[in-house]
Formats: sequence, C-alpha cells, structure tokens
Amino acid sequence: MDNFARSFLLTEIVKGFLLTLKYMFFVPKVTINYPHEKGPISPRFRGEHALRRYPNGEERCIACKLCEAICPALAITIEAEPREDGSRRTTRYDIDMTKCIYCGLCQEACPVDAIVEGPNFEFATETREELFYNKDKLLENGDRWEAQIAANLLADAPYR
Amino acid sequence: MAVAKKTTEQTDIAEETQIKPFTMNFGPQHPAAHGVLRLVLEMEGEIVERADPHIGLLHRGTEKLIEHKTYVQAVPYFDRLDYVAPMNQEHAFALATEKLLGITVPKRGQYIRVLFAELGRVLNHILNITTFALDVGALTPALWGFEEREKGMEFYERVCGARLHANYFRPGGVHQDLPAGLADDMLEWCEELPKFLKDLDSLLTHNRIFKQRTVDIGAVSKEDALDWGFSGPMLRGSGIAWDLRKSQPYDSYEEFDFDIPIGKTGDCYARYLVRMEEMNQSLKIMKQAIEKLEKTDGPVKVNDRKIAPPPRAEMKSSMEAMIHHFKLYTEGYHVPEGETYTAVEAPKGEFAVYLVSDGGNRPYRCRIRAPGFAHLAAFDFMSKGHQLADAVSIIGSLDIVFGEIDR
Repeated sequence: MDNFARSFLLTEIVKGFLLTLKYMFFVPKVTINYPHEKGPISPRFRGEHALRRYPNGEERCIACKLCEAICPALAITIEAEPREDGSRRTTRYDIDMTKCIYCGLCQEACPVDAIVEGPNFEFATETREELFYNKDKLLENGDRWEAQIAANLLADAPYR
Repeated sequence: MAVAKKTTEQTDIAEETQIKPFTMNFGPQHPAAHGVLRLVLEMEGEIVERADPHIGLLHRGTEKLIEHKTYVQAVPYFDRLDYVAPMNQEHAFALATEKLLGITVPKRGQYIRVLFAELGRVLNHILNITTFALDVGALTPALWGFEEREKGMEFYERVCGARLHANYFRPGGVHQDLPAGLADDMLEWCEELPKFLKDLDSLLTHNRIFKQRTVDIGAVSKEDALDWGFSGPMLRGSGIAWDLRKSQPYDSYEEFDFDIPIGKTGDCYARYLVRMEEMNQSLKIMKQAIEKLEKTDGPVKVNDRKIAPPPRAEMKSSMEAMIHHFKLYTEGYHVPEGETYTAVEAPKGEFAVYLVSDGGNRPYRCRIRAPGFAHLAAFDFMSKGHQLADAVSIIGSLDIVFGEIDR
C-alpha cells in the first residue's frame, strides 16, 4: 500500500525536483569565471618548467644532468662545457614540453633548485614547435616567475 | 522490384530476415563508451545477441616501458593506468617493490597512504556513479558530483602538486609529508561529503527512471561473478563479501574499522548501491586515518638512504647524503632477485602488479592485472539478451577505464 501510494504520487520525482530547485536558488554558485578568476593552487603545484638564477644573476644550473637522467619521458636534453671562467655550465638545455609528463622528478633531482616546475599552467601554444623549450625560454620563464617560485620553495622547504 | 510477383516478394522478405542479426559499431567515439571502447554488437532487432569489445585503442605499452625504467621512474606510469584513481595504482606498485626489497613503511607513511587511497576510492565512485547516472538519463548528479570531485582533487594537488598524475606513493613510503592544515581540511570535507551523498541518494536511489534502467539489468550470479574473475564492487554487488583490505590487509588496514557492503541481486542497481555505501565506508576510514595521523609523528618514508632519497637540507650539507642523492636519481636502487604478486583493493577491484626482479635496478617484468579487463571480458555474457540501451547501463556499472584495460 505504501509502495503503491508512493508510485502513484510520484514522491521521489517531486523530491528530486525540490532538491534541484533548492540548489538552483538557495545554494551559492560554485563555478568561477575562469580567465579572470582562477582556482587555488598549492606551493607544490607542478606546472611549466623554469630555470632559475641566483640573486646575482648567475644561472643556477651546473649541468650535473641528474634531471636528464631521471626524466622518465626522456624529455630533457643537456649539453655542457666549461665556460671561459672555468665554471661548468650548460651550453644547451632543452625540454620537449610535448614529451614531458609533469611528474616532478627533475625538480626533485636538481641539487641546486635550478630546474623547477613553476606555478604557471597557461602556456598553450598555437604550434607544436613552440613547445620545444630551449635554455633561453626556460631562463626567461625563471626570470618571470622567480618571485612566486621562490615563495613556493620557501613554503615547501620544511617538507622537502 | 516494383513489378515483382507476390511469391518473389515473400522470398525477398525471407531473405531480408536472413541478414539479421546485423552488426553494429558502438564507439569508440560514443560518449557512453567511457573512453575508447569499441563494441561490435550483433543485434537481433534491438536485442543484443553478442557483444564483442574491441580493445587496444589506448595501448601505450606501459608494461614494456617499465622494463626500461628504474623503480622510481616507473611510478608515474601507474598514474596513467586508471587515471580516475591514480594513487591506488601507485599503491600496488609501491607495495610490490617494498615486498621485494623487504622493507616496511613507517606508520605515518602507511596512514597517509591509506588516507589517500580511500580518497581515491571516493573520487572514483563519485565519478562512476554520476556518469553512470548520466548514461541512463540523469544529468544533475554529474554536474554536482564534479564539484565534490574537484574539491578532492584539490587535496591531491596540495599534497603532491598535480590534480591527477600524482607520482606521490613511492616504494618506501610517500614522497612528502602532508602540508600543514591539509589534514584538517580533509577532515572537514569528510564531514561535509555525506550531505552530498544524501542528495545524490535522494536523486537516484528511489527514482523510478533510474530504477527502470538498472534493476535486473546485467544481473550476475555469485557463481558467474567468481567464474569470470570479478573483483571489487562487481563481485560485492553479486553478494560475495570479498575485500582485499579485509582478507589480506596491507598498510595497516587491519587497524581500521569499516564494513564491506554487499549487494543481493547482482544487477546494475546493486552495484550502484554497493558503491554508494562504499563511499560512506571510505569516509569512515579517512576520518580514522586523519585521527591516527594526528597521533603518529615520524618519517613518511623508510629511513634507508639506499632506497629513499635524503631530505634536502641533509643533501646540501653532507657529502654522503649527496652521493646517495646522485645514486638514487641516476642508477636508482637494486632490488633483490625475486618475484611477487601484490594486489590492492583499488576502487574498481583487485589491481595487482606481478613484479619480477633479476637483481638489477629495473624490473625484469612488470605485469599489471587490471580489474576492468576481467569485467569487460564478461560484458558479452552480461549483455546477452538485453536491449541496446541496457548495454549502456551495463558499461556504466562495469566502471571501466581504458587506461588500465589497454595499459
């Protein structure tokens, strides 16, 4: 009898409609206006790569090639030579962003925090070639995002 | 021909009927195919006579690739198997490697793993139930469910830096400790989620449309479920109380208090109910894990520099630690010769890794047992005699993700 009444009165349908109406009018909206508003990201976020510099402008990377060795996708290519002043630096540092799987192992491996995966996730390009990053592009990324990258590294330092 | 005689007309019709059953392609671009499933259906009118799932469209050769990677490098590949619950797959690989290495993860690491494995389960079931509802005609749950899923993935992001491809569980523990405040936020989410589950329940559980599309569809008996190698909610939906977390506890699951929900009828509706209750049980486990984490301090990975890399500060100040760091990130560690079959209760069922080591720094063989593969294999027998629309319900309730089936 109870079942019959329920199926006759469409109770579950009415309940469902009331619930959706409640959400429609009485629950604040949860969507964000994306390009203008963005979701939160944490200091650990692994986005676009960047090569960092020391505060005096010297590049950090010492061409130890740990990132090249650990990269599971073989996305990193490094060539190195001693510079005129005798210090070891890279002559070539390429990341194929189309191969990269953003696993974060390169930044984990880097002993001098030179290569990092920064907070930027909006680096879509129109051509594939633009995603083959070279050293200039990576250093430029580093200069652009340095403030935020440094803040993130500091925030995450106790856990690393 | 228009001028055909009556007798030829009759033969024409007879010939026409002989063409049946006709073959139909379902997918791989069909939105209800959940990924890149191509089904070749032999139809008798609207009844499925035979269903032939074609797989391999997402094959990436994961198993072979892993043979050429060190153990640490292999972890990200597991995220990409079942990309709906990535940490659960990493869990299986981490446990298998640990078994071969003969190491035990510190308690805190184990609890963090349990916490995130259960979070993965909740996220997986939210996605499955809501898209399942979408397949059978209910749009609202999917819209609401993704909001909750997004919150859960934010926790993933906060702990490891990526919303999906976590690379967080490592052989020997987890990569990093939880950041401050995360456990509290997760606890809050655990308290709030039941409200969403209740709303979901009131939208679906008694809804006559949902029930008409799921009750008695794709019913699997206990014997059939065992014969076809079902596991996870598919097996429990058929009334068999089998859960690896209870039957062979790993990572301290024996310390947690939870129940295994089972279904009675073995149809799509029962599997839906099982998943709904499993989410509540997972939340219960998560709350306990957070409680235990508060009481448990200490390292989150093994304190063995030959396996887990040293902390940053130590690496910068100690030459020995620096050498360990370089060794671990180039050569990796050597795993003693041996083989193991290690299974975890992933959200979709028994996900296992059969790992063979020849003593080198790379696995000799890494065979992956994906639960979805066995479930999809049974699709033919489950859909036989059902209508085409029911095939969609069955696919939805199978909870298949092509990343793990095609590997």
